[in-house]
Amino acid sequence: MKYWREPLDLKDIRIPHGEIHVLVERCKGCGWCVEFCPRDVLEVSDEINSKGYHPPRTARPEACVSCGLCELLCPEFAIYVVEEEGEAVIL
Amino acid sequence: MSKQNQNGVLSGEFFMQGDIACAEGAICAGCRFFGGYPITPATEVAQRMSERLPLVDGSLRGPGAPRGPGMYVQMEDELASIGAVLGASWAGCKAMTATSGPGFSLMMENLGLGIMLETPCVLVNVQRGGPSTGLPTLVGQGDMMQARWGSHGDYSIIALAPVSPQELFDLTMHAFNLSEIYRTPVLVMTDAEVGHMTEKVVIPPAEEIEIVERRKPTVGPDEYLPYHVEPGEWVPPMAVAGDGYHIHVTGLTHDERGYPATSDDSAQWPLVTRLIGKIEENKDDIIMLEKDRIDDAEVVVVSYGMAARTSLWPIQMARDEGIRVGLLRLVTVWPFPDEEIRALAAQVDRIVVPEINMGQIAREVERCAAGQAEVIRVSHPGGGIHDPQQVLRTIRGAARSGV
Amino acid sequence: MALETKHNQLGGTLEAEGEPEGLDEKIHGRHPLDDLLRTERLPHIWCPGCGLGTSLTCFLSALRKSELDLEKTAVVSGIGCTGRVAGYVKLDSFHTTHGRAIPFATGLKLGNPELNVIVFSGDGDLVTIGGNHFIHAARRNVDLTVICINNFNYGMTGGQAGATTPVGGITTTSPYGNYEYPFNVSGLAVSSGAVYVARWTVLHARRLERAMVEALLKPGFSLVEVISPCPTGFGRRHKQREGLDTLRYYREHGVIDHDADLREAEIGLGSSFVEGNFVNIDKPTFLEQRAEWLAQSLE
Repeated sequence: MKYWREPLDLKDIRIPHGEIHVLVERCKGCGWCVEFCPRDVLEVSDEINSKGYHPPRTARPEACVSCGLCELLCPEFAIYVVEEEGEAVIL
Repeated sequence: MSKQNQNGVLSGEFFMQGDIACAEGAICAGCRFFGGYPITPATEVAQRMSERLPLVDGSLRGPGAPRGPGMYVQMEDELASIGAVLGASWAGCKAMTATSGPGFSLMMENLGLGIMLETPCVLVNVQRGGPSTGLPTLVGQGDMMQARWGSHGDYSIIALAPVSPQELFDLTMHAFNLSEIYRTPVLVMTDAEVGHMTEKVVIPPAEEIEIVERRKPTVGPDEYLPYHVEPGEWVPPMAVAGDGYHIHVTGLTHDERGYPATSDDSAQWPLVTRLIGKIEENKDDIIMLEKDRIDDAEVVVVSYGMAARTSLWPIQMARDEGIRVGLLRLVTVWPFPDEEIRALAAQVDRIVVPEINMGQIAREVERCAAGQAEVIRVSHPGGGIHDPQQVLRTIRGAARSGV
Repeated sequence: MALETKHNQLGGTLEAEGEPEGLDEKIHGRHPLDDLLRTERLPHIWCPGCGLGTSLTCFLSALRKSELDLEKTAVVSGIGCTGRVAGYVKLDSFHTTHGRAIPFATGLKLGNPELNVIVFSGDGDLVTIGGNHFIHAARRNVDLTVICINNFNYGMTGGQAGATTPVGGITTTSPYGNYEYPFNVSGLAVSSGAVYVARWTVLHARRLERAMVEALLKPGFSLVEVISPCPTGFGRRHKQREGLDTLRYYREHGVIDHDADLREAEIGLGSSFVEGNFVNIDKPTFLEQRAEWLAQSLE
């Protein structure tokens, strides 16, 4: 992430990190989580679930900041994030 | 002679208008919610409820729930009135609304919802001349078939027909008890004459009034199925909103869990047959009839409500002339007393059916008589009561042709 | 003639096999909101790309955050795709007749004022057929939380025009383009007396969730209008073949303005529209008014 100037408390703030859980069999391939993840963590996978949809996969799991937008946006209750120890890697 | 107990419920002897007696009957039965809309000739019921309910203390939601004054709410139309009544019943209240023909028609869809959800409540129809706007201030009995078949689909219903303000009081109370026992809307099909006449009404003290409450579940939320009955039973116990049972109920055809089951007819069979059966198979407990001098009769007058009342004098006159005539008064019009009418038709040759409509219940009598007795209608399109002389002439004619 | 068969001997069995259904944890995993859902009835019936699942997720999340007593919370819905929401939530829920959810909810709330009553239904159900009940409940300021999912058509029956269909909208009953003026749901609510009015698209999910929390906790008639994609009934007739296209449309055309004049907050085709937390005022509820007046008059 590019800063205009480096914030004075950058070393004191911990950027949260989350682990994404995809409930593959519930996904209906709408693509919303992939499109709107603010950290571009997700991408559409090549796998197919038993209904023929391509569920998301975490392409950049280390970048997840546990914002929870994917969990809130998903219409199928098919993805959620659990906040983990450690920091996200901001690319 | 009259008094109010500490909860505001009346008892004693009163000179009371029918509509007002109806409201008081509801209050005595524990009704604490009324969804109203003004319509002649039922407006007085709503007015009385709006006046009395805030003064009547006593649990809005049955024994054990926190006390509070009764709730009157003036809704925006009759659909909203019956909708609110259903909602209040599902919150645990005994709830009622009152209307006349045009409002009755508006309520039909939600009446169906009440039947499908198996919601205890009372709907009073103070009938007037129809069709459409008709004769707002004058008597009619033209909604009797609509009471049975008005909502779409197959179902059964209970409908009572009082003949005086006293009976309107009594039957309104009884309607609440029936609705709680059978978990169904119950109709009180009165009319503008009974509703607007003023007569002596005796209200018994509260200790002498029997009040029935709906059965509650005996199992916990994890085992409870909202529409499950044990073999041989007809009516499921009812958990309401806020009881902690997280019920789901729907107007769609549903299974025992209350969940929609609309992919095929497998849930429709047991559901619809039980909805009909819970009333039709319990007719013996529900049907109330008044019989007068039937045993030796050659002609019987079968009637209900105001038309039965105006037949009393002609029957007495005919008896005085030596005609053996009797009266079978239907206090319960629906479910219809098929067996009693069939038996009557086997016993007598002529049945006279006066009603303030063009022959609605007469059709039911004809159906049950099945040709065994001649059924003579004394029809009236509404707007007045029968001319007693006309009824007397019909009885004379019926007796003469039998000779 | 008695009914020739007893209820438990006819045709099908009492435990009717309805739709094949249910989530199996081994196959479908477990989602944090599953304990608020009737998982035996999932997966839900809504199309891929429908905004209802998102609205429901935001609602359940908001319900948790509001800390309301869930044993005393009831959801009432009408008929339509949105109406099916009542069947999926594991609360006391009522799936009533078309347009008549609000009177039923009024009866529920007035019959037991301790209940938290939420009406969750669609634009066709709430402001077309149910319009009269909507404005009266707002007028009375009955303490209800009304969540109106606006997808600009009657979706369940295949995509017909309704009172919120924008001018020019193509639907199965306006094949040449709708020429009727639509309702502005938020404007209708505020002019009828609602004390809380917010409008968000499902794209703005976090703000939608927050508005739902506020609406749930707000005493009085609180409306959250949710602008939601309906790719099958509406979107695909307007060059938005997938829900994702509609969300991109919202991103481009949605303008957040909490101070917007609701008299000019219509939603048209292809033009920008406002969303935000428009109204949040304090006014005595129906029950509070009633208590005060009765106390005064009956003294």
